[in-house]
Amino acid sequence: MKTPKQRTTWRLLTVLLAVGLVAAACAADDGASDAAAAAMSQAQSAQDDAGVASAEASAAAAQAGQAQAAADAAAAAAALAQATAEGNQAAVAAAEADLAAAQAAAEAARADAAAAQEEADEARSAAEAAEEAVEMAAEEAASMMGECDGLTEVVVQLQWFTQSQFAGYYAAHDQGLYEDLCLDVTILEGGVEIVPIPVLDSGGADFAVSWVPRGLVPREEGADVVNIAQIFERSATLQVSWADSGIQSVEDLAGKTVGNWGFGNEFELLAGLRRNGVDPDSDVTLVQQNFDMSALLNREIDAAQAMIYNEYAQVLEAINPDTGELYQPSDLVVIDWNDVGTAMLQDAIWADAGRLDSDAAYRDTAVRFVQGTLAGWIWCRDEPDACVDVVLDNAPTLGRSHQTWQLNEISALIWPSSNGIGVMDAGLWNQTVDVAVTEGILSAEPEGEAYRTDIVLEAIANLEAAGLDTDGSGWSRVTVVLNEGGE
Amino acid sequence: MADLSSTRRTRARRTLIFAAFLVALALLYTGYKAFGQAIDDSQRDWWVVGSFLPRSDDKNMPPVLDILAEFGEAPREGGTTIGRLTLDGALFTLREAAVGFAAGTIIGLAIAVVLLQSRRAERGVLPYVIASQTVPLIAIAPIVVVWGRTGLEFLPWEWQDWMSVSLIATYLTFFPVAVNGLRGLQSPSPEATELMQSYAASRRQILRRLQLPASLPFLFPALRIAATASVVGAIVGEISAGVRGGLGRLILDFAGKYITGPERLYVAIIGACITGLVAVGVVAAAERLLLARRGIVAQ
Repeated sequence: MKTPKQRTTWRLLTVLLAVGLVAAACAADDGASDAAAAAMSQAQSAQDDAGVASAEASAAAAQAGQAQAAADAAAAAAALAQATAEGNQAAVAAAEADLAAAQAAAEAARADAAAAQEEADEARSAAEAAEEAVEMAAEEAASMMGECDGLTEVVVQLQWFTQSQFAGYYAAHDQGLYEDLCLDVTILEGGVEIVPIPVLDSGGADFAVSWVPRGLVPREEGADVVNIAQIFERSATLQVSWADSGIQSVEDLAGKTVGNWGFGNEFELLAGLRRNGVDPDSDVTLVQQNFDMSALLNREIDAAQAMIYNEYAQVLEAINPDTGELYQPSDLVVIDWNDVGTAMLQDAIWADAGRLDSDAAYRDTAVRFVQGTLAGWIWCRDEPDACVDVVLDNAPTLGRSHQTWQLNEISALIWPSSNGIGVMDAGLWNQTVDVAVTEGILSAEPEGEAYRTDIVLEAIANLEAAGLDTDGSGWSRVTVVLNEGGE
Repeated sequence: MADLSSTRRTRARRTLIFAAFLVALALLYTGYKAFGQAIDDSQRDWWVVGSFLPRSDDKNMPPVLDILAEFGEAPREGGTTIGRLTLDGALFTLREAAVGFAAGTIIGLAIAVVLLQSRRAERGVLPYVIASQTVPLIAIAPIVVVWGRTGLEFLPWEWQDWMSVSLIATYLTFFPVAVNGLRGLQSPSPEATELMQSYAASRRQILRRLQLPASLPFLFPALRIAATASVVGAIVGEISAGVRGGLGRLILDFAGKYITGPERLYVAIIGACITGLVAVGVVAAAERLLLARRGIVAQ
């Protein structure tokens, strides 16, 4: 008896579902109609609720009917009993008929109730399905329009403190490039004792920025991590000497006092010495150097380890007591491990390997995170001054000229990029692994997949589709004027 | 009135002595520097000056006036001054230290009260309390930070990295409080305890009315140690854990740029000293207040 009404409800639901989908699709086509779509989907869910409510009401009514019928049957049974007791045959017959009819009615009512219940259930699940469909459509529409249903939270662990070395991440964060890709990124600075890969492996971060050897060593020890984007193509490590020291090449280091930082920073040097016939154990005096250049400035050592973007610049920010002016690049000679051929790959983005395979959402997040980061580096390449401002905003103790120098040199580690920014160069990878194995950092070549390029290639394809230049073939260094103390 | 002016006079005298001490220190520093320069310690091999003791050139020992002037300088043109950065850092570190100090004091006292209950507990647990202090801070700092990020999600508030630093400060703080607190709680003579017992005082009453007040003179020296330890713990914790905003980061930052600006590092270290003094000063003020009320003269 309630069927026509329910049929109407059904039709209404179907129509609304269609309308919702169409509205969502329209929203995808037309950016302006997203508010309408939202309103529509709200109306939709309200209607769905109404539909469910009405189906539930029918079920309730049917149950009430069932109860009534049962009561009737009970009454009839009572009448029958009474008639039987009284011995009135005619009355008994009539009562029996009544009872049968009442029982039949009760049966019918019960069936009705069951059917109504079923329909209510169906209506509810249909409403849910509709809601889901609308949500999915909205999500699809949102991602097409670059708008987000919600931001995915991402934590990235850096390997050192805020400086231009990490400009791309801060730029992507502060310029809203991550947010455009529906990411809410928290950038964690490194510390003296913070090693990014274990932090990543223990779930303290979703992604980590780390040098390749420092990723491979914990990986060999069991950390389930993989390199998903090799941001720096070149090594930034130099061995710096005074121009008057007579050190022009690696061979000239023989017999000299050579500083290095230790803690895994020395392997390019050791391999470089060995390959050029200098035995690191007997031909040179290797000394542990502080993470600054005072030993070189005090002439306690003949050659000092330096990053081109940090310590090398610090020498050029110091006053030469002989001239009263800043030291000049002509006062120094450098050995560049990229030229010697023992350079090891440095800053790369690492991800949780197991999670990438098992969790499609994480892989999707990884693509977006890499894409945002690369976009940040591209922005820093094209807008270096604004990019330095971003870095300075994030670290009040840093000096401007030093960070401008650093960004210029960092850009030179990335651009021009042979295979597109972030894509691993297999030759350099093999060189890194080779040095790592011969120097005993790794006991063997990494097992399984230690790096993968599918994620970064997907990110690059998206960036190129948006018209961005991902290899910076036209980029070249600019001249940065350093001030005293890097101010 | 006479009392008040005499305290004021004592205080004035103390300030004067402190200032005189600072001036003497500056003079000693400048004198050593002048002496080192006079004997040319960077060019010749002297036995003590410039080898065992630091070299006297401006890189290793910047002139006192340069260090003072550095408070007003900024790391970049138009930026925040070093003095302001140090003040901000000190306040940040002080907050970490204060939280760590409070937690450490509560935990330390709780341990002392528990260990007081039985000699056996004391003998069984105290070695572990002592052993806890032999674990190097830099070993536990990263573990604490990662644990804070991943293991404490059940907490009703969001765990911040600076709280991990406070936890490290707590780790340094609870120890002196526990050890000295226990010693203080055990300090009443057996006669005094027996007297309390003869009045049918309960254990709790003995603790509250006899043992706790008697422990105060033992507790406060421990709290002063704990106050400096909490500041040191916070600074070391920041350095190890990579927490930004405090003195630890500032010291590390400036240490990295030492060759082009040694004065900055001195400013940050002076900031750390003052922070430690402030922490101890707060404890000393609390001590004076509490002990004076109990009729026990401080110092």
